[in-house]
Amino acid sequence: MPEASTRELTFGEAIREAIAEEMRRDSRVFLLGEDVAEAGTPFKVLSGLVDEFGKERIVDTPISEPGFTGLAVGAAMTGLRPIVDIMFGDFATLTMDQMVNQAAKIHYMSGGHWKVPMVMRTTLGATRRSAAQHSQSLHAWFSHIPGLKVVVPSTPYDAKGLLKTAIRDDNPVVFFEDKLMYGKLKGPVPLEEYTIPFGVADIKRSGNDITLVATSSMVQVALGAADLLAGVGIGAEVIDPRTTWPLDERTLIASAAKTSHVIVIDEGYGRYGVTAEIASVIAEGAFYHLEAPVKRMGAMHVPIPFSPPLEDLTVPTEQAVFAAARELCGKG
Amino acid sequence: MTGPALQTESAVTTKQWVDMYRGMVAIRRFEEHVNELYTRALMPGLAHLYIGEEAVAVGVCSALRPDDYITSTHRGHGHCLAKGASPRLMFAELLGKEAGYCKGKGGSMHIADPATGNLGANAIVGGSAGIATGAAFSAKRLGNGRVCVCFFGDGAVAQGLLYEVMNLAQLWQLPVIYLCENNLYSEYTHTSECLAGDLLARPAAVGMRAESVDGQDLRAVYQAARRLVDSARNGGGPAFLLCNTYRYRGHHVGDINREYYRAKQEEQRWMAERDPIKRHAAWLIERNLADANTLQQIEAEVDAEMQAAVEFAIAAPYPGPDQVEKDIYA
Repeated sequence: MPEASTRELTFGEAIREAIAEEMRRDSRVFLLGEDVAEAGTPFKVLSGLVDEFGKERIVDTPISEPGFTGLAVGAAMTGLRPIVDIMFGDFATLTMDQMVNQAAKIHYMSGGHWKVPMVMRTTLGATRRSAAQHSQSLHAWFSHIPGLKVVVPSTPYDAKGLLKTAIRDDNPVVFFEDKLMYGKLKGPVPLEEYTIPFGVADIKRSGNDITLVATSSMVQVALGAADLLAGVGIGAEVIDPRTTWPLDERTLIASAAKTSHVIVIDEGYGRYGVTAEIASVIAEGAFYHLEAPVKRMGAMHVPIPFSPPLEDLTVPTEQAVFAAARELCGKG
Repeated sequence: MTGPALQTESAVTTKQWVDMYRGMVAIRRFEEHVNELYTRALMPGLAHLYIGEEAVAVGVCSALRPDDYITSTHRGHGHCLAKGASPRLMFAELLGKEAGYCKGKGGSMHIADPATGNLGANAIVGGSAGIATGAAFSAKRLGNGRVCVCFFGDGAVAQGLLYEVMNLAQLWQLPVIYLCENNLYSEYTHTSECLAGDLLARPAAVGMRAESVDGQDLRAVYQAARRLVDSARNGGGPAFLLCNTYRYRGHHVGDINREYYRAKQEEQRWMAERDPIKRHAAWLIERNLADANTLQQIEAEVDAEMQAAVEFAIAAPYPGPDQVEKDIYA
């Protein structure tokens, strides 16, 4: 990334720029969802897009997630490239038949005859004081299903490059955005066009003593913990898989083999979750290099509570990761 | 069927009425072979026969252009054949053979074929309503003049998705026909035990044009479908067409003993008095559009075609193990 040609964008601005660029590039791309046009979504991520592309391509829908997701599946099969906006990841549960039984299976069931080039954008993440139906991180649900691809970006740079790749992909892609990052997280984004391939993990920080595999909202937590660990002489390597499927198993295993200590951190539930899968991949691939069992950190296994002191207990923090890493390295 | 729209009964040529007879006979023979293949244990899985409902598929699909879209159901063989599917590739798919429409990966409930506008049969009841509405959305946006017919049964009327997409289609005036085949039974349960209120009050609630026809009357189905399809194609928006029909056989081939949910006399009455093939044959003969010999010859030709198709499918090889992980992603 040449420095002269970059500028700082928020996570939300990077998302918006990716959509705008792809809509300019390909007239088949359109976006639909609840309050996406003039309102620009409650998060204001899409503000201004309707001014450039009009209501024909930035389509406000009724509150009808299964209906407009199903419509998007059919539109994708017949010549358009829809981007479905599902405001809260919790509402994605309403679309499961359309995503899991229809979108994910149509290519295979038809013997490769039909394609479903669509993107579902939705959100994840707690600590917004929104309680149990507006706070979940459900990316593991979709990662479980053959036929879907799942993206969990953690920086503005990654979000833009991965979303452009998602829109150009000929398969159904589910794209999870951490809603707390939209306005808060800023980062460098090149002016030049770029895309990021799926299935390629990014080493966010190098280190030799412990590997912190982190996704989406937990990447900043892991980087903060790595700073603290450096202060006590532990070099942490932070790896972001960026897509939970396809999964860059090689990079994860290589880092684990190098450091011999691994913590996997993800804001979804751990049980049968993303941390379980990644820990298993590492245990199988780097078992004889490990000096300790792979540790997993995720949301507490409770419905997300409303009350702030309770909600804050449910999500891994820098301090918690720092403490766990010191203990794992035998320097606690 | 290609060419300019045919607005009235008199504009339909003799050949077209006779072709529709052939279409109905083909579906019935196809399904009789399916029944036999299944009972001889040559066909794996499930077989939901369309016998008795032939006039609906043929009447509706005869009102469509080759590039128009359909979505179908678990009881979908008739829709696929009426839209132009090849019996050879259909049988091959039903037997799980690589030569089948879906390389053997879909089977009876998932026949799909881009060449005939078949977006796919769907084994989730009501599950294709979104896909059909999306195809109509594309057709309108791309301005290609296509229409989509969404086939579903009375059972699907209890599913929520249908109401969501009917609302969208009416709001956005999409060229889609919601085609309800009321065969009186949701699996093993009579519609009267599943349906509150009037079926046609449902499309009316979103302001959608809705009609109902005798689904055992080929001409009535064709003419209603033609009207609604032409209107949708010309920007008139979506419509709902209720075809009242009857499933002669069980929910699936294995559903033999049906007395606990419906009487044999009921089945016999529908077959004797309202059979769509017999009725159309009688009309063709009465109007001197065909004689009995011509119809017999058609039946013989269909028999030969189906027999050859079955033999092709039985002889065709299964997919190799290398196929199992192909076509997951495009």
